[in-house]
Amino acid sequence: MGGKTARALVVDALLGGVVAAAMALPMLGVRLEDGSTGLSLSGRLDWVAWAAGSVAGARLLIGLLRLGLAGRGPSLPAPPRAMMVYVGWAMVAFALILPFLPFSGRNLVDKATLVLIYVMLGWGLNIVVGLAGLLDLGFVAFYAVGAYSYALLSQTFGLSFWVCLPLAGLLAAAFGMVLGFPVLRLRGDYIAIVTMGLGEIVRVVLQNWQDVTGGPNGISGIERPSLFGLSFKMVPPEGSQTFAEFFGLDYSADHRVIFLYFLILALALLTNVITLRIRRLPVGRAWEALREDEIACRSLGINPTLVKLSAFATGAMFAGFAGSFFATRQGFISPESFTFIESAVILAIVVLGGMGSQIGIVLAALLLVGLPEWFRELQQFRMLAFGGAMVLIMLWKPAGLLSTREPTIRLGEAK
Amino acid sequence: MEYFLQQLINGLTLGAIYGLVALGYTMVYGVLGMINFAHGTIYMVGAFISLITFLVATTVLGTSVPLALVLTLVAAMALTALWGWTAERVAYRPLRSAPRLAPLISAIGVSIMLQNFVAQAQGARAKPLPPVFRGGITLMDSGDFVVSLSWMQMVIMALTLALMAVFTWVITRTALGRAQRACEQDMKMASLLGIDVDRVISTTFVIGAGLAGVAGMMVTLYYGVIDFYIGFLAGIKAFTAAVLGGIGSLPGAMLGGLLIGLIEAFWSAYFSIEYKDVATFSILVAVLVFRPTGLLGRPDVEKI
Repeated sequence: MGGKTARALVVDALLGGVVAAAMALPMLGVRLEDGSTGLSLSGRLDWVAWAAGSVAGARLLIGLLRLGLAGRGPSLPAPPRAMMVYVGWAMVAFALILPFLPFSGRNLVDKATLVLIYVMLGWGLNIVVGLAGLLDLGFVAFYAVGAYSYALLSQTFGLSFWVCLPLAGLLAAAFGMVLGFPVLRLRGDYIAIVTMGLGEIVRVVLQNWQDVTGGPNGISGIERPSLFGLSFKMVPPEGSQTFAEFFGLDYSADHRVIFLYFLILALALLTNVITLRIRRLPVGRAWEALREDEIACRSLGINPTLVKLSAFATGAMFAGFAGSFFATRQGFISPESFTFIESAVILAIVVLGGMGSQIGIVLAALLLVGLPEWFRELQQFRMLAFGGAMVLIMLWKPAGLLSTREPTIRLGEAK
Repeated sequence: MEYFLQQLINGLTLGAIYGLVALGYTMVYGVLGMINFAHGTIYMVGAFISLITFLVATTVLGTSVPLALVLTLVAAMALTALWGWTAERVAYRPLRSAPRLAPLISAIGVSIMLQNFVAQAQGARAKPLPPVFRGGITLMDSGDFVVSLSWMQMVIMALTLALMAVFTWVITRTALGRAQRACEQDMKMASLLGIDVDRVISTTFVIGAGLAGVAGMMVTLYYGVIDFYIGFLAGIKAFTAAVLGGIGSLPGAMLGGLLIGLIEAFWSAYFSIEYKDVATFSILVAVLVFRPTGLLGRPDVEKI
């Protein structure tokens, strides 16, 4: 390392420190205290010094590292499809035995259930964003429709989870078509803003339509699912048996947790299988074609309206399934769970995974949802780190963890 | 009638604030074609910086209110500009040649991070500020309803008009504006012709963030209460305003901002206040369906 580069590095680090100090001065240097007589102030100049010092140090470190390793790492080259299939099967096998492994407990299974919800949502959104190339920022609306459909249907008509599940999926799909209509004529980023607006509309309506949705209080006491009529309660309802009685087991609360885990695993795998199948059908190929070039598609006689609506409806249906699962798992839903941040997280999972890559989405969901769950104790800094992780992963692998943006089927050999 | 007039004034004030945030959005979008999600969050940071600077100036330094306001304006503009510049430098510039969605996700990350940073640094509770200017002028008095224009509303509108005039001049008359428009047309060609594209983009972020900072200061003084969450909704509203007016067009952003301010004020006055956001977004959807490039946007040519 020459003296010149060394000096440049130091100057860069010092500049970084100065900028950080200026930025931190009001935000960190002064603390607003809520008192009984309005706001009062207290100084914390030491915090500013810490911030400036750590930024300068970090700049120096990054500068040194950059000398060593020039250039950013590209996305992992897409492994051959045959290998991905083995990896996929291995993951499924692991997921199947997970609850029975010696180290796994109720807590772990519960967290795995949460991750699987996001995997399923990611796979659902992947159809819209990854395959059809429609940037949807309001995906959580369909999730909400599914959750509320289940809650309302089961409470109003006393229908069971298994009857409501397909109904919730259908309702969400219908909703996807309705919300898809305004989007049809738009392209690119306009789709993003309109879907975001529609997502917010759904949330505001849920928040304010007191009579039906319970407003901000939400709906509680939602019916838990049963396994073909076998409930997971301690005491069975009139005229039925509990799961534990039927199989002659001692009652344990773990049964329900494990059942819910397998339920979402089955739903997620269903999403995956259907996606992989549809990709090979004409409609799936039309999605991918539309993503690549809308005008060429139209010239070839593909009807973009139908293609877009089908993508929206299919994605929405899976979100609806996931939504009813969410409602039955929580037993309580409120508009709080369906904010824009959720849409952003799901989209981040799809993009971080590498658009169109099914396994990539699993990895991203583990990273973005599973990992932060382990740091629950650091509650307050969790979201800070979450945002930071989103930025860092993008900087590190701008095309996603596993990038496979190739058509599912091609004519002739790839060059 | 009097009530209508009062809502018109309130709507225009609100619209001026949205318009300023939308200007920054539209400028960044025009040059980079990128939805800068963190823009609303920068506005929130501007609101906090203003509150803190104002309190420090009046209580610690003991300056008079007008001087404190000038200090606040300068601090809010300069420091938010610095935040905007840093965000671009750290989170967006390395992704200039990355796939289209990468900077979007990165911006969402910046937004979440910044929001939680402020919540951690300053506490999550809403922060009140006692009114700075009281009073105003009475425009009309029919006996049972008084239409008034407060000093604060006048300051907001005057400041917005002044900033709007300055930036229209910058964009249409100066070398920087020319360079910006060139980058908007074709970034690669502009750089081949000797325009420092990185500098133009940095300046765009600096100006946009500075304007958001001013809007943040206005909202702090106007409503007198802020919390770390205000950035998100303001961000969507500003983006809606920018799209409504035709994204990339400065007068469009201002027009869109004013329209949204007016829609909100009138909707809250005559219908239910809970659904004002539904009204705003529905109008956005309707406009886009019938005029996909916004009110003042140029129709975009499909390239084959």
